[in-house]
Amino acid sequence: MLELIVISTLNGVLFGMLLFLMASGLTVIFSMLGVLNFAHASFYMLGAFFGFQISRWFGFWPALVIAPVLAGAIGAAVERYGLRRVHKNGHVAELLFTFGLAFAIEEIVQIIWGKSPVDFRVPALLDFPAFTIFSTNYPAYKMFMLLVSIAIFIGLLIVLKKTRIGLIVQAALTHPHMVGHLGHNVGRIFMLVFGVGTALAAVAGVIAGPALVTQSNMAGLLGPILFVVVVVGGLGSLPGAFAASLLIGLVQTFAVSMNGSLAGAFGPLSPAYASSWLGDIWGVTIAQIAPIMPYVLLVLILIFRPMGLLGTRET
Amino acid sequence: MRKFMMAAAFALPLLGSTAMAQETLKIGYIDPLSGGGASIGEVGLKTFQFLADELNAKGGIQGKKVEIVPFDNKTNPQESLIQAQKAIDAGVRYLTQGNGSSVAGALSDFVTKYNERNPGKEVLYFNYAAVDPVLTNAKCSFWHFRWDANSDIKMEALTNYMKTVPAIKSVYLINQDYSFGEAVRSQAKAMLGAKRPDIKIVGDELHPLLKITDFAPYIAKIKASGADTVVTGNWGQDFALLLKAAADAGLKVNWYTYYAGGTGGPTAVKQANLNHQVFQVGEGIPNLEHKPSQDFEKAIRAKYDFSLFYPRAVNEMRMLAAAANKAKSIDPVKVALALEGMEFEVFDGGKGYMRKDDHQFFQPIYISSLGERSEKEPFDEEKTGWGWKLVAKIDTPQTVLPTTCKMERPN
Repeated sequence: MLELIVISTLNGVLFGMLLFLMASGLTVIFSMLGVLNFAHASFYMLGAFFGFQISRWFGFWPALVIAPVLAGAIGAAVERYGLRRVHKNGHVAELLFTFGLAFAIEEIVQIIWGKSPVDFRVPALLDFPAFTIFSTNYPAYKMFMLLVSIAIFIGLLIVLKKTRIGLIVQAALTHPHMVGHLGHNVGRIFMLVFGVGTALAAVAGVIAGPALVTQSNMAGLLGPILFVVVVVGGLGSLPGAFAASLLIGLVQTFAVSMNGSLAGAFGPLSPAYASSWLGDIWGVTIAQIAPIMPYVLLVLILIFRPMGLLGTRET
Repeated sequence: MRKFMMAAAFALPLLGSTAMAQETLKIGYIDPLSGGGASIGEVGLKTFQFLADELNAKGGIQGKKVEIVPFDNKTNPQESLIQAQKAIDAGVRYLTQGNGSSVAGALSDFVTKYNERNPGKEVLYFNYAAVDPVLTNAKCSFWHFRWDANSDIKMEALTNYMKTVPAIKSVYLINQDYSFGEAVRSQAKAMLGAKRPDIKIVGDELHPLLKITDFAPYIAKIKASGADTVVTGNWGQDFALLLKAAADAGLKVNWYTYYAGGTGGPTAVKQANLNHQVFQVGEGIPNLEHKPSQDFEKAIRAKYDFSLFYPRAVNEMRMLAAAANKAKSIDPVKVALALEGMEFEVFDGGKGYMRKDDHQFFQPIYISSLGERSEKEPFDEEKTGWGWKLVAKIDTPQTVLPTTCKMERPN
């Protein structure tokens, strides 16, 4: 039992940190532009495919640097030449723009790399068990993923809290107009944030690619959960996004390892109902409903705390 | 003269295309070519194209060239129906599909209704891999033919072998959360309970179909349960990733599977270093001492970088040709009537037959394990060096299970 708890905690924290890498960019962009960037998860996918291609040419380590820079540059260009123009036509247009962009990126990736998974391997240097705990191996690569995410989280925190650019970004989060009036180039800040945000998503893509599956539907699999993280954490709140990412990572992982069901808690259903629809609900285990847990959380948060766990604004 | 040339330039290609349409027999291949099922969907497509080439090299079916037309259904039942309609609009009268019993159920239903409404334009549905027993029992259809052994037949064979292995003490079931996974888990529990009451079922898991990218939490659970054996009907990416996670965690158990040989499966098994610990039940493996199938295996490996995973597809295409020759027509109704009760020498040798009562094909079933090879096993899988070794063979009569099908035949 202890073994299961330790391993599930490690897996949950890892998944949570991956979510955070993506959600951090998304939540900042969300609160600055006021619209959800539907294409955010697509940059995660772009990161994975760029990482795959570059690691083919130059090896994994250069890919870890080059792929996010490339994806970030594309992100910044999208903001500068796409979103900024669309912005004049209001939020709906922006929303539709990012929505269309997500499909466009998916199609382009399918044209270049095909629809089936590509063979993105863990680098040989990290392909060994890091440690053995209760006779279960924990892969070194997963430890590496965890360390990279934590390093980036700390770096991000320092930049936001300790540097001048961080202060301006923070100010722009809550009072974008005031920052503009003070003479800062808000447009450039938006572009920078968009670029960095998408680059972070791409980092998540590069490190998740070899451990998970690099294929053209990977954005679609993760996208909806990202929005849950942003809403649950609170709009524009980085600590909120961090807490929500870890929460959702842990909830999903632990839900999988639980076998409890209504039948287990209250005993089997009387035979008269056993074969009806009630019988199905009665026998469903927590593990089976694990994938919908984040969305249940989303609904509950929206009902009871619409500003999110650590958010301040109610929009 | 110039006008005539122009007219000819327009008319000739048109003539050509109508002539072509009459000379081809189109088979609509409806399976995932994107998303989580794409890796095996593409292997299936290439296998069918290879088989079409084989038939065409011998003059096609009834003088008609065989053409495989691919349609991507994204492993989604609704999408499959759209694609089926698209296929029919494009002149397809034969549909084939295999991945996902949820899709198969929807397609069988669709084809049955379509044929009721469109007499004279009937469409046949050839199922090469969807094994939910219901398709040839409660929901059987005259227009549906299945070449793969259904899930109950496979579980019967698998448990007959498992009961002879005294080392099995506790079993963990992990399956995909839809009709097929449900069939595997309930039959495994019922049959193991009857044949080896001393075996404990220590886990019974259903997970979402083709959506999980990291099975580490599930592997941690299997490990914690203390199981020595896992039984799974997982296919495609759901099997490869499950074994990949098992390899990462160092889980050492025996695996009894339906589809370990699918794309990515053997690679993950080798990575997990499970030498002859992963078993598969199916209608054939490359390493059988049967020359015609070994020659075929060499030919398909020379052309593509995969081994033959679908001997059932070979049976399907060759029987289609045989039935058309028997009926002297490629009309779907005549072909369907010719297929009923047809006996056939199957790809890996031995007699098989298409049961008239429910359109289920019966054939010899093999249980095999993946691992290091001896001289008797010439073929390896996915360049791992490991290959399939025959463990047990079940002859056709022992695979026959009763059916509850009440077939409605056209008048």
